Amino acid sequence: MSKGAGMAGTDGPVSDALLRLGRHLRPGTVSPDLRSLYQVGGRQADAFYRDRWSHDKVVRSTHGVNCTGSCSWKVYVKDGIITWEAQQTDYPSVGGDRPEYEPRGCPRGAAFSWYTYSPTRVRYPYARGVLVELYREAKARLGDPVAAWAEVTTDPDKRRRYQSARGKGGLVRITWDEACEIIAAAHVHTIKTYGPDRVAGFSPIPAMSMASHAVGARFISLIGGAMLSFYDWYADLPVASPQVFGDQTDVPESADWWDAAYLMVWGSNVPVTRTPDAHYMAEARYHGQKVVVLAPDYNDAAKFADEWLAPHPGTDGALAMAMGHVILREFFAERERRSFADYVKRFTDLPFLVRLRERGGSYVPDKFLTASDLGDDGREAAFATVLLDARTGDPVVPNGSLAFRHSEQGQGRWNLDLGEVDPLLTCLGGEAAAVALPRFDGHGDGVLERGVPVRRIGGHLVTTVFDLMLAQYGVARDGLPGRWPSGYDDATEPYTPAWQEAITGVPAAAAARIAREFATSAEESGGRSMIIMGAGANHWFHSDTIYRAMLALTTLTGCQGVNGGGWAHYVGQEKCRPITGWAQLASGLDWSRPPRQMIGTAYWYLHTDQWRYDTYSADVVSSPLAEGAFAGKSTADLLAQSARLGWMPSYPTFDRNPLDLADEAGADPGPYVAEQVATGRLGFACEDPDAPENWPRVLTVWRANLLGSSAKGNEYFLRHLLGTDSAVRAEEAAPEQRPGSVAWVEEAPRGKLDLLLSLDFRMTSTTLFSDIVLPAATWYEKHDLSSTDMHPFVHAFTPAIDPPWQTRTDFAAFHAIATAFSELAKTHLGTRTDLVAVPLLHDTPDELATPHGRVRDWRATGQTPTPGRDFPKLVAVERDYGAVAEKMAALGPLLERLGATTKGLTFDVSGEIDRLARMNGTARGGVADGRPSLARDRDLCEAILALSGTTNGRLAAQGFATLGRRTGTSFDGLADEHKQIAFADTQARPVPVTTSPEWSGSEAHGRRYSAFTINVEHRKPWHTLTGRQHFYLDHDWMHETGEALPVYRPPLNMTALFAEPGVGESGEDGITVRYLTPHSKWSIHSEYQDNLLMLTLSRGGPTIWMSPADAAKAGIADNDWIEAVNRNGVVVARAVVSHRMPEGTVYMYHAQERVVDVPKSETSGLRGGIHNSLTRLLVKPTHLIGGYAQLSFAFNYLGPTGNQRDEVTVIRRRGQEVDY
Amino acid sequence: MRVMAQLAMVMNLDKCIGCHTCSVTCKQAWTNRAGTEYVWFNNVETRPGQGYPRTYQDQERWQGGWELNRRGRLKLKAGGRLKKLLSIFANPLMPSIQDYYEPWTYDYDRLFSAPMQADTPVARPRSLITGEPTKISWSANWDDNLAGAPELAPADPVLRKLSDQVKLEFERAFMFYLPRICEHCLNPSCVASCPSGALYKRSEDGIVLVDQDRCRGWRMCVTGCPYKKVYFNHRTGKAEKCTFCYPRVEVGIPTVCSETCVGRLRYIGLILYDADRVAEAASVPEDKALYEAQKSVMLDPHDPEVIAAARAAGIPEDWLEAARRSPIHKLIFEYGVALPLHPEYRTMPMVWYIPPLSPVVDVLAGTGHDGEDAGNLFGAIDALRIPIGYLAELFTAGDPEPVRAVLLRLAAMRSYMRRVNLGQERDESIAEAVGMSGPQVEGMHRLLALAPYGERY
Repeated sequence: MSKGAGMAGTDGPVSDALLRLGRHLRPGTVSPDLRSLYQVGGRQADAFYRDRWSHDKVVRSTHGVNCTGSCSWKVYVKDGIITWEAQQTDYPSVGGDRPEYEPRGCPRGAAFSWYTYSPTRVRYPYARGVLVELYREAKARLGDPVAAWAEVTTDPDKRRRYQSARGKGGLVRITWDEACEIIAAAHVHTIKTYGPDRVAGFSPIPAMSMASHAVGARFISLIGGAMLSFYDWYADLPVASPQVFGDQTDVPESADWWDAAYLMVWGSNVPVTRTPDAHYMAEARYHGQKVVVLAPDYNDAAKFADEWLAPHPGTDGALAMAMGHVILREFFAERERRSFADYVKRFTDLPFLVRLRERGGSYVPDKFLTASDLGDDGREAAFATVLLDARTGDPVVPNGSLAFRHSEQGQGRWNLDLGEVDPLLTCLGGEAAAVALPRFDGHGDGVLERGVPVRRIGGHLVTTVFDLMLAQYGVARDGLPGRWPSGYDDATEPYTPAWQEAITGVPAAAAARIAREFATSAEESGGRSMIIMGAGANHWFHSDTIYRAMLALTTLTGCQGVNGGGWAHYVGQEKCRPITGWAQLASGLDWSRPPRQMIGTAYWYLHTDQWRYDTYSADVVSSPLAEGAFAGKSTADLLAQSARLGWMPSYPTFDRNPLDLADEAGADPGPYVAEQVATGRLGFACEDPDAPENWPRVLTVWRANLLGSSAKGNEYFLRHLLGTDSAVRAEEAAPEQRPGSVAWVEEAPRGKLDLLLSLDFRMTSTTLFSDIVLPAATWYEKHDLSSTDMHPFVHAFTPAIDPPWQTRTDFAAFHAIATAFSELAKTHLGTRTDLVAVPLLHDTPDELATPHGRVRDWRATGQTPTPGRDFPKLVAVERDYGAVAEKMAALGPLLERLGATTKGLTFDVSGEIDRLARMNGTARGGVADGRPSLARDRDLCEAILALSGTTNGRLAAQGFATLGRRTGTSFDGLADEHKQIAFADTQARPVPVTTSPEWSGSEAHGRRYSAFTINVEHRKPWHTLTGRQHFYLDHDWMHETGEALPVYRPPLNMTALFAEPGVGESGEDGITVRYLTPHSKWSIHSEYQDNLLMLTLSRGGPTIWMSPADAAKAGIADNDWIEAVNRNGVVVARAVVSHRMPEGTVYMYHAQERVVDVPKSETSGLRGGIHNSLTRLLVKPTHLIGGYAQLSFAFNYLGPTGNQRDEVTVIRRRGQEVDY
Repeated sequence: MRVMAQLAMVMNLDKCIGCHTCSVTCKQAWTNRAGTEYVWFNNVETRPGQGYPRTYQDQERWQGGWELNRRGRLKLKAGGRLKKLLSIFANPLMPSIQDYYEPWTYDYDRLFSAPMQADTPVARPRSLITGEPTKISWSANWDDNLAGAPELAPADPVLRKLSDQVKLEFERAFMFYLPRICEHCLNPSCVASCPSGALYKRSEDGIVLVDQDRCRGWRMCVTGCPYKKVYFNHRTGKAEKCTFCYPRVEVGIPTVCSETCVGRLRYIGLILYDADRVAEAASVPEDKALYEAQKSVMLDPHDPEVIAAARAAGIPEDWLEAARRSPIHKLIFEYGVALPLHPEYRTMPMVWYIPPLSPVVDVLAGTGHDGEDAGNLFGAIDALRIPIGYLAELFTAGDPEPVRAVLLRLAAMRSYMRRVNLGQERDESIAEAVGMSGPQVEGMHRLLALAPYGERY
């Protein structure tokens, strides 16, 4: 190029001259037009960044955080120092027909190494100085750790001194030895004085680091302590899942989103909460998938949508019901789609018959018609549900119901074979009857009058679930009595599109159109319409009703059990793929059974005394058609009822030490205890939770941050459980509002816990309030295993460095604790018999305990209960307390004797025991002599993998063979018999698991995981009453709440329940808004919210997002300091004002806790609270049902949820000069 | 023809989830050191928003990049070299630390060391510049996800160009993310701005680097770069910038930001260009012509003449092979979906972007603007929430047509592939409607949707 050409070139001759001069001073080449400088780089140049990049090794690990990511990472190490991390990209291929998994990860994980050397790293054991002084003084005087602990915790003054200091600084360093000694003494004293069930452990989500979870749970279980549930407590458990599917949760992996032809993303902010998976959503759109996002705010997922619908918070159920109305009308009633009808006849309860019961001149739906109603007096006839054969019109008991699951005559018949039978969906064509159905939308008397076609069978007036569904949804058919919507634009009758518009704000036409598209797409694609559903829909008090309305959409359209279709519930990393091995080890089932497993929500509800602040009667949730079962009762009464009927577990169980009770009860403890309770000589602890003998005494928290994250009613925890300052402002229930069956002490106790112990690698709200804090190794400093529901791999944690300073792995820490405990226990406790009260369990014959779900309370009738039927079972367990450490470190003998059971299927693992003995070596001496060793964390990982079907194909194949004998169907070809995953395999690369009867989906031949494909393709029943997916639930309490069928229930009215101001009200105190706590972009729960990188990328501290309209009303500008106040507590944060927020709702993103940049509150004078300082527990009675078919307890499977979404708060602009 | 090779990147904004993983992995690997606390070689901006440093796109204020002088010759916007020399000690066109943000940390130690006190210990924020307690009021990503948008977004220099069309209200809300690294421009104004000759463009691959031994800390590069992607290390007193991870790409590993991009939206590839034509192309008078002008400088790696010239210029065979396989070349030319960022700066940026689709506005959804419906393709594009004008101001100097064409191709791909997905017959007419063939659409689908690792880089 000639610069003389004038057209192109740089600015002028003088500078050209200068630059030309410069050319001779430089090593490179200046472009002829003097515009640029070129220079050969080469390997010798620019050493600065080359040096920076150089490193010594790269180690595979991951992050043990409850995010569902389970991403494999490269950890870079230089000179023995962890430098940074980046994602692994070596996932096994999905086959080239869809996007691969790489490079799973997110910014939070990428920031993890910051913690390793950060100033918030816990480097040494710490304890509250005042407690240490008291303990040392007592021990010096008394000479015995247990005696010293007893004195410090029972002397009221000393107790008060250290409890009231909780959370207020004054931590001192102590040695590991002293820490373990105090911890051991506390456990020994508690077991001896109050009972082992006064000890509890809280550690959630085994999948996120299985060995670290298992080792602590193993310790707690072996000593007889209670492990607290988390999935239900977190409100991540969709109770609708056990209700509808009889399963905890089973969902497609994210790579299966690709298979969906239509995707609704409902209450789930996928890019933020499923960051490593979000690309499948983005990419599937290119594959022609339509995406509809339903969220109250313009969220990160909305960016990817074709359409964004913004239902008002908590009204999603109304929208889903209206969509169901459209589908039932257009795809069933008006023109039946063959594929949909075939599906629902075979795989749902829609054709099953329900009896109608007369009530006040009309009828109400009652119980499923069963063989027992037709004269069969067989033992399980009450669980043999009935349908009509369309060919003959005769009633038929088809295979597959609960009657065939556990019984002798059911062998080979627990399947979904219909033979020649063609189930009749509707009774239409003959008689009709008017039924009364409840409505909760605040109209009229709350009763719908609708008609159903009926038949008379065996003297019973019956109709089908399908006919009831049409009545419930308001789909009119000719010739039926009742009041029906006149059309989609009828806004007065549920559940039309126009009716929902008034509630949700979503245009009626849009609701109808999306429903139509969803179903049409399902029809065209063979069931590949999917709903991703998340915490935005699942964390409400009435989430089970919201979810059942949403599940109706996927089930009616034949999408469940189809790759690319069905529900995709992603809230919590619930899927520990090698579940059987983990469960055996974590619960110590190899040494003693059964373990104590407690429903977390009930535990906290009682022991933080939140029940005392229930100023409403439990029947506020009752149907207008209720029979009055909850009338005059409080929720605590219902909780006590659930416990005494054996529905839900309850620990501490009795008002007596179970060790002493066992001594009293003798060889046949069940009848003895039942008699004692019936005659009032023995009480349930939950009926007097504030009596000191019934308090929880020792709590260990690891892999968790209870007080900074999940503790709904955080301030109540501080006040009653811990006994320190709190910002609770609520009033306790007035005398007439108090429970009748639960004792009320005038002064609620403050400071129930003797010891709060936490293990962590960083300072959290939990460590700040703990009595003892043990320094934990991070995820880059230990061996462990990870899995998730979002991908099909298991892979390893591997130490990149040894645990630095005085940190230890959870594995090492619990072994140290167990050793110290066993030493003290040898003399203080010896060998004792423990009496464990066990609830009626799901997937066992216990689920036959309550025929027809008819509730009979022995307390009301004055009868003596029968353990295992209407009372917990009582099992004597021998505990050799001096041998706990030895048992921890070796695999016990019960596995060979009793096998390993998951979801009702027992595996014979005797072959695996020998293999483990060879791989891990064996223990020498003591009670575990010759048993396979579990002395190292790697051994524990090896055992988890060897004892699970997903990671040991031999067991999977054996399990399918066992299952096949029960079902009479074949599962051949599903399991990969020769696949055995060893721990070293998972360290080398993520390893795909094999198909196993532990889960419901097939992964055979490289297929993507989707739930229930085995049920659909191999005719295996769901674990429910009918063996099918349930629309109808006939338990008494479901009728009591009006939730026998899918129904819309609005968010709780906090004004009515607690006299909070109404949403939208504004005054001097500020503006009242709905208060939501969705998951954050900058943290995973509380993890990372204190991480400097994440704080730097966000706003550096706690914030509350609000709409410009709300901000204007309260005079708030962006980044102003604000205070949010309600009866539960106070939050101080900064405002983020954004027009992507809807008016009337604020977001305080989840788990912003009190450690970083939280000033003092003007309202309370105390440090501002965490996001859960404004929430509290509200227990839904129907979640307490047990002992009946799929409504039976299993750990983390069923139980009351710790929901928190229905809350409101007042927000105001506070003084802008803050004080720390 | 003087053939040179250039490493280039394309980011598919349609897939960007705004997660900032790229930023964090980059920062952890390169700039988590004293003196670079505020430095993000890679950052992600929410659009609409002010960007980092704030309002950097306002070249009337910051005077970055090139402009044409009265004679039509390229001239650094901040002034000719003579002016630069004269103002070398007092450069007024520098973003202050407040325009980036004042980095901070917290008194984490208090969580351990607090004595027995009345309250729960807390870690207060403290400036990393002054060491004093601080109130946090700005960060590298302050307006993430439209945070504070009603107050802050009106200052977005891009939005200001079309402010009368865009209302920041709930019903019409839109946002997207713009990840940014150094553009490694063909016509880098930073290089031209450096009085010390410390900035240079690597001859072999076009990576723009600061020679750390030669840099004298004049900071003219900071002013010269219109993207504000050269930073000043206040500890060493030298300029630093994105290195395109040369220690990695030299050994065949993608850049940190690319490999860790969990949205799988980054592509790296080699392109060949005619170095002799850069200045001419950068000097076309019309801003809107710069997109095509820049394309015209890039060479067809399959053209025998180009191959011969490249061989003559000493470019190795495997590089030529890489240029032929380059996803960048495919995305810019064959599929025609990638656009340059602010071509009007005349620096010839080498990081290009596929603009994002977005949901239709509610009020229009009712009228059947369905992106999957082939019959509605054209209507759907104009109903999208992100104003085409906004994207045009970013990528085509305000010309909406190239942007519309890209969005149409993306929509057509979805429509075409939906039929494939549902097992229906392929409909060539959908591809033809956007000037493509069916196999081309399927090729584009493979690259954008499956995006295999081996084909992204």
